[in-house]
Amino acid sequence: MEPEDDLCQNNWGGSSSSSSSKRREQVCFTSQHKWEDASILDYEMGMEEEPAFQENSNNNNGGQVNVDFLQGVRAQAWDPRTMLSNLSFMEEKIHELQDLVHLMVARNGQLQGRQEQLVAQQQQLITTDLTSIIIQLISTAGSLLPSVKHHNMSTAPGPFTGSALFPYPREANNLASQTLNNNNNNTCEFDLPKPIVVEEEHEMKDEDDVEEGENLLPGSYEILQLEKEEILAPHTHFCTICGKGFKRDANLRMHMRGHGDEYKTPAALAKPNKEAVPGSEPMLIKRYSCPFPGCKRNKDHKKFQPLKTILCVKNHYKRTHCDKSFTRSRCHTKKFSVIADLKTHEKHCGKNKWLCSCGTTFSRKDKLFGHIALFQGHTPAIPLEETKPSAQKGSSACENSNNNNTGMVGFNLGSATNAIEEVAQPGFMDGKIRFEDSFSPLSFDTCNFGGFHEFPRPMFDDSESSFQMLISSACGFSPRNGGESVSNTSL
Amino acid sequence: MKKAKQIQDMISKPFDLLSEELVFIILDLVAQNPSDLKSFSLTCKWFYQVEARHRRSLKPLRAEYLPRILTRYRNTADLDLSFCPRVTDYALSVVGCLSGPTLRSVDLSRSFSFSAAGLLRLAVKCVSLVEIDLSNATEMRDAAAAVVAEAKSLERLKLGRCKKLTDMGIGCIAVGCRKLKRVSLKWCVGVGDLGVGLLAVKCKDIRSLDLSYLPITGKCLHDVLKLQHLEELLLQGCFGVDDDSLKSLTHHCNSLKNLDASSCQNLTQRGLTSLLSGAGCLERLDLAHSSSVISLDFASSLNKVSSALQSIRLDGCAVTCDGLKAIGTLCISLREVSLSKCVTVTDEGLSCLVMKLKDLRKLDITCCRKLTGVSITQVASSCPLLVSLKMESCSLVSRDAFWLIGHKCRLLEELDFTDNEIDDEGLKSISSCRSLSSLKLGICLNITDRGLSYIGMGCSNLRELDLYRSVGITDVGISSIAQGCCHLETINISYCKDITDKSLVSLSKCSMLQTFESRGCPHITCQGLAAIAVRCKRLSKLDLKKCPFINDSGLLTLAHFSQGLKQISVSETGVTDVGLVSLANIGCLQNIAAVNTRGLSPSGVAAALVGCGGLRKVKLHASLRSLLPSSLINHMEARGCSFLWKDYNNHNNSNTLQAELDPKYWKLQLEEDIEL
Repeated sequence: MEPEDDLCQNNWGGSSSSSSSKRREQVCFTSQHKWEDASILDYEMGMEEEPAFQENSNNNNGGQVNVDFLQGVRAQAWDPRTMLSNLSFMEEKIHELQDLVHLMVARNGQLQGRQEQLVAQQQQLITTDLTSIIIQLISTAGSLLPSVKHHNMSTAPGPFTGSALFPYPREANNLASQTLNNNNNNTCEFDLPKPIVVEEEHEMKDEDDVEEGENLLPGSYEILQLEKEEILAPHTHFCTICGKGFKRDANLRMHMRGHGDEYKTPAALAKPNKEAVPGSEPMLIKRYSCPFPGCKRNKDHKKFQPLKTILCVKNHYKRTHCDKSFTRSRCHTKKFSVIADLKTHEKHCGKNKWLCSCGTTFSRKDKLFGHIALFQGHTPAIPLEETKPSAQKGSSACENSNNNNTGMVGFNLGSATNAIEEVAQPGFMDGKIRFEDSFSPLSFDTCNFGGFHEFPRPMFDDSESSFQMLISSACGFSPRNGGESVSNTSL
Repeated sequence: MKKAKQIQDMISKPFDLLSEELVFIILDLVAQNPSDLKSFSLTCKWFYQVEARHRRSLKPLRAEYLPRILTRYRNTADLDLSFCPRVTDYALSVVGCLSGPTLRSVDLSRSFSFSAAGLLRLAVKCVSLVEIDLSNATEMRDAAAAVVAEAKSLERLKLGRCKKLTDMGIGCIAVGCRKLKRVSLKWCVGVGDLGVGLLAVKCKDIRSLDLSYLPITGKCLHDVLKLQHLEELLLQGCFGVDDDSLKSLTHHCNSLKNLDASSCQNLTQRGLTSLLSGAGCLERLDLAHSSSVISLDFASSLNKVSSALQSIRLDGCAVTCDGLKAIGTLCISLREVSLSKCVTVTDEGLSCLVMKLKDLRKLDITCCRKLTGVSITQVASSCPLLVSLKMESCSLVSRDAFWLIGHKCRLLEELDFTDNEIDDEGLKSISSCRSLSSLKLGICLNITDRGLSYIGMGCSNLRELDLYRSVGITDVGISSIAQGCCHLETINISYCKDITDKSLVSLSKCSMLQTFESRGCPHITCQGLAAIAVRCKRLSKLDLKKCPFINDSGLLTLAHFSQGLKQISVSETGVTDVGLVSLANIGCLQNIAAVNTRGLSPSGVAAALVGCGGLRKVKLHASLRSLLPSSLINHMEARGCSFLWKDYNNHNNSNTLQAELDPKYWKLQLEEDIEL
C-alpha cells in the first residue's frame, strides 16, 4: 500500500501541505487511488475490446465514460504515452459518433412512423457524446498545466482536488460555489459546463460521501409523463386489436400471438428493450414524471427528480396523491394506498414485540439482548400490559409501540447522544460516513455509475426527511427518557 | 451544701455519668437475648431512648405496627419481615419514608401482597439499600423486577422461586443494579440463557450466582465464567447444561471457589472436564446425584482442580472403588467428603479414600449400608482431625468401631449414629470428645441410661441430642444429661416410652432449650410441661403429638409463659377449644398442628384461628374443612396462612399407640413397607 500512497503523493505534489486535514486527505487519496486503478483497467479494456466498450458507451450516459477517462488522464498526467492513448481514444470516440450519425442517416429512410421523436432522441445523444469529447479534450489539456492545480489545492483541499483540472477561472469559480453547495447538502445546479459539474459531483461522492441520489444530466434522458387515469388503471398494456388490458407487457405479447402469425415472430415476442443490440438503435434512458402539478416528481418542478420506472410512478402516485384505502383488518391503525405496503406491514406487524427502552423494537429476543449488552444504559422495556402499577413507564412503552418508525430513528440519535456524552462525538459522523461508504466503493470499483441509480433521489429524500424527523423525535425522546423512571440513559 | 446536693443529684441520676457509647457496648452484649433487651428498655425513659438509638436490626411480628416501630427505631438498617405474611404497598412506603436513608437490607422472602408500586417506593427512598430478599414472590412479574432495578446500590439480591419472572425482568435488573455481588435466581423457571448472560455482561462484580433449576444451557455459562470475581456458582438441577454446550468453553476463572453441579443429569465427565479446566482454585465441588459413574476416568477430570480442592460431595452417585482411590490420591488436601446414600461404597473404597486424607474434617457416609467396622476403624486411625461424622444407618458397623472413634478423634463436634449398633461402651469413649455439640442417637436400641450419664458428664457443650425411639432411656439418663449439658438447645425424646414428668422437670434446668420434641411419650402430663414452659423462656418448637395426658391446663401455662413459641403440635392429645384459643396469646405463633384432637369443635378452631394473627401454617383434620365457614378460610388465606388438611383415620385406641411404641414392631412394619 505504501508505494501506492507515494505515487499519490507524487502525483498530487504538495497537496498534503495542510497538516490539519492530512488524515482526511489520506483517506481521500486511497479512495482516489482505487478509482484510478479501476478506471485504468476500464480504459485498457476499452482499447482491447472495442465493441464491448462501444456498447458500454452507447448504453450508459456519456458522463460515466467521461469520468473514467478523466481519471485515466489524471492518473497518468505526465506520461506522454497516456496522452497518446487519450488522444487515440478521443479519435475513436469521434469515429464512433461519426458512425452513429451515419446510422441515423441510413435509418431515417426506413423508419417513418415516430420519426420526430427519434430525431430528438438522437440529437440529444449526439450532444451528449460531443460534450464528453470536449471535456476529455479540456481535461487532457488541463493536465499539462500543473500550476493551476497547485493554486486550487490550497483553496479546496482533499476532496475537491479534481477542480484543479479545470484551468479556466470560470470553472474554478463554479467549483468553489459547488463546494459550498455540497457542504450545505444541496443539489448542485450549474449552467456550464454541465457534464463537468456532474463528474465533479460523482467524484465528491466518492471522497466526501455526500450522496445525492441519481445524478442524470437533465436532458440526457427522455421524460415520460403518464396521465392520472393511466397510472390508476388496473391494466397498462392494451391490445391494439381487441382492446383487452394486461398488467404486464409480456402477457400482452403472449396474447398478441392469437391475433395472427405476424405476432409470432421471435422479434415480436422478444422483450422490446432487447432489440437495442449494439449497432442498432441506441436506447435512450427513460425517466418518468408525475402528473400531479407541484409535486417534486413533476417535470415542471424546480428541483425535479425523475422516477425510474413505471412501477415507481404508480407507487409514488398512489402513496402521495391518493387516498389510503387499504386498512389493517386487525389493528385498524394504519392505512395504505399500495396493497404491497399493507402486505409488508402485515408481515411485520406484531412481530417486533421485543422492545428496548430506547424505542427500538426487535423481532427476536436474542437480538434485543445483544443490543442491550452492547449499549450502555439501555434496558429491556416491559410491555404495557404488564406495567399496570407504573403508569409512567407504561405510557412511554405505548408511545414507543405506536410510532415504531420514529422510535427506530430516535434510537440512532439516542446512541449518538450517548456517544457524544462519552466524548466520542465523531462517532456519529463516523457512523454516517460508514453507512455511505458501504455502497460508494462498490459503484466505483465496478466503475459503473448505474450503481448510483440503485439509490435514486427518492431514497435520499426519505433519509433526509427522516433525519429531520430524527432530530424532532430525539428532542421528544430525551426529556421523556429523562423523566422516565426506568431508563438511566441520563440523556 | 452545694457538694452535698451534687452528690444527691448523682445518686438520683446515676446514669448521667454513663456515656452513651458505654451503654452501647453493654447493649451489644445484652443483645444476644431479645427479652433482656426488652427488660433493659423498660427500665427507664433514658434506657428506652438509648436502646431505640442502639438497635440496628428489626424483626417485627406484625406489619401493622411498622409505622410505630420504625418511628421508635430510627437507625434501623436491617429489616426482616419474615414474620409478616401480609406486607402491603402501604407498609413498604412507610418503611421507605421512615427509615429510607438508613435501611440497608430488607427481607420480604416470606411476605406477599405487595406490588411493584410498593417496591418502587422502597427502591427510590432507600438510597443505600444493599440487600433485598424477594424469594417466594411467585406472583412477581417483570414490571416489579424493573422497579427493583431502581435500587442502584443493590449488592445482594435473592429472587428464589419468582416463577413469573422472565429474561426481560432480569435484563432490567442487570442494567439497573450494576453493583450486584450475590444473586440468587433459584427456581426462576422463566429465566433463560439471555437473562443470565446479560446479568453476567452487565454486572461485573458478581461474586455468587445461584442458577439452580433454571432452564439454561451451557451458552450463558460462557459469559458467566468470564466474571472476574466469581466465587460461587450454583448450577443445581440445570438439566439444560450438557456436554456439547460446554465443549467450546475456554475460561480462566481462578476466582471460582465453589461449584455446585449437583443433579445436572446431562452433564457427564466430558462437560465437567471443560467446566473445571479453567477453575484451578476451586475449593468446593458438589456433584451429588450426577448421572455419571464416579470411576477412575471420572476422577481424572478432577486433575486440574485437585490441588486446591477442599470439599467434594458425591451424594447419591454410583461410586466405584477405583474412583474413590483415585480421588484419595489426587486430592490430598480434601477436608470434607460426602458420600451420603452412595449405596455402592465398599469398605475397600472408603479405606483407600481416607488413607491419604490426614486433613479430613467432615465425613458423611449416611446410608452407606455396605460399610462395616473395617472402614470405620480406618477412618478413625487416619483422620485424627475429624470434626463431623455422619453415619446414619451403617448398621453393619460393629460396636468396637465406635469405641475407636471416640478414642482417636478427640475433636469431634458433630456425630450422627442414628440407627446404629453403638452401645454404652461406645458412648463412654465418645464422651471424651469435649467439644461435642450435636449427638444423634435415634433408634439406637443398645444404649441405656449408663451411656447417657457418660455423655452428661463429659460433653458439657452439647447443644443437640436426638434420642428418637432409643427405648432404653429413662428419666435417669435424661436427668444426667440435664445436669451436665446446660447449653442444650434441642432435645428429641419421641417414643421413649419410659419418660415421665421427672425428665421434663430436670430438663427445665436447661434454660437455653428451644426445641422440645416428646411425641408419643404416654406418661408426660401438664405438670412436666409447665416446668418447661416456666423455666425455658426460649422455647420455640414444641411437639406434644400423641401425649394423651396433655390437656388445656398445659396449653394455658404455655400461653402465659412461652411467649417465644413459634410451632406447636397438639395432635392426638386431650386439648379442647379452651386450650387452643388460649394459644392466641402467643404473638409469634406460626404453625399449629391439631389433627385428631377429639375435644376440638369447629367454632373453637375458628376462634383460635382468628385470634392467632401471625399464623402461617395450620394442620387440621379434613373433616373440619367443610365445617369451618369458607369465608374464614378465605380470610385466613388472605392473611398468609395455608391449610393442610389431613384425612387419616382416627384410630386413637391404646392398642395402636402401644404397637407404635414397641420399636421392634415399628421396625418390622417399616421393613415391610420398604419391601412393598
